[in-house]
Amino acid sequence: MTDPCAHCEEMMQPYLDHVLTDEEMTQAEAHLSECVDCRKRYKFEESLRIYVRKAVTEQMPEELRVKLSALRIPLE
Amino acid sequence: MAHAGTVELMDAEPEDAQRLATEARDRVRFEEDALALSDQVYRVARYLASSREDADELMQETYARAFRSWRSFTPGTNMRAWLLRILTNLNIDRGRRQQRAPQMQPLEANDYYLYDKLAENGDGISDEDQVVERLSQDDIVTALSVVPHDFRDVLVLVDLGDFSYADAAQILDIPVGTVMSRLHRGRRILKRELAESALEEAT
Repeated sequence: MTDPCAHCEEMMQPYLDHVLTDEEMTQAEAHLSECVDCRKRYKFEESLRIYVRKAVTEQMPEELRVKLSALRIPLE
Repeated sequence: MAHAGTVELMDAEPEDAQRLATEARDRVRFEEDALALSDQVYRVARYLASSREDADELMQETYARAFRSWRSFTPGTNMRAWLLRILTNLNIDRGRRQQRAPQMQPLEANDYYLYDKLAENGDGISDEDQVVERLSQDDIVTALSVVPHDFRDVLVLVDLGDFSYADAAQILDIPVGTVMSRLHRGRRILKRELAESALEEAT
């Protein structure tokens, strides 16, 4: 018998990306419902993804915006 | 060449003049649509590139090329993906990417590694959000820049750019299966890097 937590770990990314098959989904959820550690780790992964998205917020510099507009091909 | 253009219009048959006017209008609309997407394109470009300067250059080269080859864009399709396809190709072609040899790639830990490390050092913090907040914004930006390019391209397109696996596959011209495996590895490498920086700060 394989370690259920190790198997659950393998399914985490596809689970959160919603690409598991129905059968795999059922398996993952069955384990998650009884394993508090895996549940916490899944929750953490979800929070981490949101956090990473929030962390990378560098805005385009205004000078670059002007430079890009200047690249337009003028009408003849 | 305003004068030459005017002459051309005046000399043209009426249907040619009509065609030229329609084309000019389509081109202006294309340019405006492309510029309206520049913030979103930059958000991805900034983290695909290794530095702000590279991102700046890449954006300009991309838009210059897009404005020249606007006819190859099919109206109604995903323009953001089309622009990023140009951008990722330029990024690869220009050899900006310093590829690491495969054996130099950081070993990824398993998917639970980062959480386990942070929780271990967290004096029994039970809330997952608080565990995440032990990471700083700088940690994340630095860790992202360490992820090797092949993995980072996919990670940035999907996780920051919100592209589907299929869109990322098309942008990078790789199979969907490769997108998935690179994405999974890329996320693991990112988490390993984050774990390392978090542990360094803790000591």
